[in-house]
Formats: sequence, C-alpha cells, structure tokens
Amino acid sequence: MATQQSRSAARMMMAPAVILLLGWMLVPLTMTLWFSFRNYLPMRGGDQGSAGFDNYVRFVSSSSFWPSVQTTLILVGGVLVITVALGIVLALLLDQPMWGQGIVRILVIAPFFVMPTVSALVWKNMFMDPVNGLFAHIWKFFGATPVEWLSQASIPSIILIVSWQWLPFATLILLTAVQSLDSEQLEAAEMDGAPFLQRFWFLILPHLSRAITIVILIQTIFLLSIFAEIFVTTGGAFGTRTLTYLIFQRVLESQNIGLGSAGGVYAIILANIVALFLMRIVGKNLDA
Amino acid sequence: MARAVTNNRKALNTAIAWTIGLVIFFPILWTILTSFKTEAQAISDPPVFLFFDWTLENYSVVQERSNYMRFLWNSVIIAGGSTILGIIIAVPAAWSMAFVPSRRTKDILLWMLSTKMLPAVGVLYPIYLIFIKLGILDSRIGLTIILMLINLPIIVWMLYTYFREIPGEILEAARMDGASLREEIMYVLTPMAIPGIASTMLLNFILAWNEAFWTLNLTAAKAAPLTAFIASYSSPEGLFYAKLSAASTMAIAPVLILGWFSQKQLVRGLTFGAVK
Repeated sequence: MATQQSRSAARMMMAPAVILLLGWMLVPLTMTLWFSFRNYLPMRGGDQGSAGFDNYVRFVSSSSFWPSVQTTLILVGGVLVITVALGIVLALLLDQPMWGQGIVRILVIAPFFVMPTVSALVWKNMFMDPVNGLFAHIWKFFGATPVEWLSQASIPSIILIVSWQWLPFATLILLTAVQSLDSEQLEAAEMDGAPFLQRFWFLILPHLSRAITIVILIQTIFLLSIFAEIFVTTGGAFGTRTLTYLIFQRVLESQNIGLGSAGGVYAIILANIVALFLMRIVGKNLDA
Repeated sequence: MARAVTNNRKALNTAIAWTIGLVIFFPILWTILTSFKTEAQAISDPPVFLFFDWTLENYSVVQERSNYMRFLWNSVIIAGGSTILGIIIAVPAAWSMAFVPSRRTKDILLWMLSTKMLPAVGVLYPIYLIFIKLGILDSRIGLTIILMLINLPIIVWMLYTYFREIPGEILEAARMDGASLREEIMYVLTPMAIPGIASTMLLNFILAWNEAFWTLNLTAAKAAPLTAFIASYSSPEGLFYAKLSAASTMAIAPVLILGWFSQKQLVRGLTFGAVK
C-alpha cells in the first residue's frame, strides 16, 4: 500500500514531466491569445496596439477563410472515407489464412514509415508529373492526354497521397480489432446460412465500431494539421490551402501575427472539439 | 478453433492480398528501383522496371553535392536525442503513475494526452519568437527539445501501459525476501520494464524522425534534418528522379527497417490503449 512517503516521492517523480508539459501548453498558448488581440506586424512597425476582436472578425471575413474551411473538410473527409473503408476491407482480408501473411502485412504497413516530405515529393514528381510521371506514361499508353494532377485535380491528388500514408494506420488498428472477433459466433452465423453481407453488417461492423471511431478521431486530429504534404506539392496553390496552411501563411509569409494568431485560436478550438470526444473514449477505457 | 479452409480459398486470398500489398508498396519499390538508374533511364519512355544498368552513382552524387551525411547526422541527433531525453523524463512519471496511482492519475494522463492535440500551427509564432530570443532557432538543441515535448505525452502513456502490466505482487515478494528498494528496482523491475521501454523508444524515434512541421519551420541551413533536406528537392532538383530517389531511399531506409519491428507498438502507442 502506498504510504505518505511513497506518495510524495511519486509526486516528485511526476513533477518534471508535468511541469514541462504545463509550460509547453501554457506559455505559447498565452502568447498566441495575447497576439490575437494585438495589431502585430513585425515587418511593418511591430506591435501597434490593441486590436480588440478585429483579428478574429477579419480572419473569418477574409475571402480565403471559407474556401480554406471547405478544403480542410474535403481533405479530412476524403481521407477518412478512403482509409476507413479500405482499412476495413484490408483488415478482413489480412485476417484470412494465406501464404506469406507476414510479408503482406509489412508491405501494407510500410507507407506509414515514409517521412511526409518524401512521400509527397515522390508522388508529386515520379507519379503525378504530367511529362515524366508514371501516371502520364500510363495515360499515354492508353492514348489519353496526361493529366496535370496537382493543378487540375489538386485536392484529389493530395487526398490520394495522404490516404496512402494513413491507410496502414487504419488497417493496423482495424486488424487488431478484427482479430478479437468471436470466431465461433461468426461460424455459427455462417452455418445458419447468413450470407457474408449479413454477417458483416450485424456481427463484424458492430464489433469494429469502437475501433472505427478511434481511427476517425485520431486521424482527424492529425489530418487537421497536415502540412508537409501541401508545403511540398502545391504550396497552398490550386485550391489546396487548408486552415492550417492559411494560418501558416498569415504568420510566416505575410508576417501578420495578430491575424495568424486569431486563426490559430480557431484551429485550437476546432482541434479541441474533436479531442474531447477522443478523450472521453480513452478515459472510459482507462477505468476498465 | 481454426477454421478448415480449402487450399483453393487460401490461394485466392493469397493472390488478392499479395496484389493489394504490392500495389500499396509500389511507390516505395519504384523509388528504390529508380535510385539505381541513370537519370536518362529514370525518365525513359516507356519506363523500365528491372532491366536497366544498375548503378550506385546517384548515391555518391547526392552525398557529394549536398553533404547528405550532415542532414543524416542532424536527424539522428534530433530524433535520438529527443527520444532519450523524453524517456529520462517520462520513466519516473509513468513509473509513479503505474505503481503509486492516486485519484488524480487518470486526469493527469488524460491532460497530458490533450497537450498532444494542440495544433502546432496555433503556437507556431510564439515558439518561433521564443527560439529567436533564446538564440536556438535553427539549432539541434532547439528541435530536440520541441520534438521531445510533442512526443512526451505518447512516451508517458506508452510506458504507463507497459508498467501497469508488471504485477505488483512480484514487487511485494521481492520486498518480503528482503530486497532493498535499490535492489528491487535494479533486479526486479528494470528487467521486466526493458522490453516496454525499448518499444517506446523505437516508436518515438520513428515519429521524431518523420516529424515534418517543426523541422521544416524551425530550421534553415545548420540544423536541418532529412525531412527538410528532401523538401529542398521540391524544385528543380526534384526533376532529377534518380537523385531524388537515392536521397529519398537513404532518408526512409533506416526507419522503414525499424518500423518493421514496431508494428505491434504502433497500435498501442498511437491509440493510447484504446484498442487492444
């Protein structure tokens, strides 16, 4: 049993981690909040006094705000649909008996370990390049005109790149969940003559629902802050400016710190709404 | 009970799964293959797959022209340093949460996790400013600290789940047998905790190696790791496919190999124990 002494020792052991994270959270957050109420332009005169809620109003009323929200939603939504749907298929497939299962698993998981700048650049140049890219060769082979992927179909292209990176994650988590399925129950259903679709809908999908929720929540948090993939491929052009990228441009490119910080506060609020749901699930699991 | 499966069914599964697996892996395979081609072969029309003159020239060119080793070294220092630093800070914390839990342990764990959800772009400028003030912009130490902080919640969390699996009875038994606290930690706990610590380090090394927001925004010439090195290929050097491929292959190879060992930890580390 924990004594008074071991309790205070425990507190001491926890202190460095807690203090560091507290500082990491509070200091920049307070600064962002402070800047968001200032007219702060480091390149054009520095801090020019209080701005009230001007930055917040200007950020949402700027002509690039709603397009960036739309882009963000399409990007996140598109990647989620693709990775979850294909992830379920792949998880069910990888759970089946086959030869070389371990190797297939490795092949499927590999993209997750590729650094974002590499995958973005490899896709951009070696696959999507309209002259020498592999897709261009395939299109020409079939007599079609090669597509300029990253300008003509910029958002689908980025969705493809990001989905490729995140499919392994969804697959791996869903596979973990599939493996804990009650196989006897499934067999019983199969023997009773339930077709695959019914078994999938009434047995497999409900069992996976928790894992799917978690995949969606965790991926949403990471996808909302997708950066390198856009930075390297289009630099925010051709309608690929997400909320994150817009804030990045306001802060570092146009050096309007007040405006960018107000955007940052919006992004933080948005991420926290998603995080709240995730925390609730994780918290519940902690009790069990 | 294993289900009886006909060999036909198994062969079909195998064929489908291998096809999908190879399609998903193809971009990586293609990059590795292209890195051994000459520039002319890399853009030849139609593309060549295996039957070309294999060459190692690109690898030496990449190293000569851009001093690849320096970026690699930065990546190793930053990813390795942040992992080790994070472990040193997280082990005692996770330890005390697992073995001396209090009413607040759960809240602290969840709160730590919530700091991970903070969107980086929201605090980009403050960090930038602090880094300039402290003179650690574009320095390895600055990035090491940042990456340690963003991964600390995952490290604490993973270690906590591993430590919690160590049965407390064993500790009590050791104490009954007269082991001192030091002996208890040295001979009983540590050996049982090492696999968990090792897996945690592995996953966090990978995450830090691939991190591409802070590494791109807080570095320039001096401290840039491989993520920034590759980003610098975005144009026009990126059109030299063979060299781009060689650089990319070198950047991803170490982590691709480490990653194969960490499949299991991936689920634990990134779902915070919510999926088992």
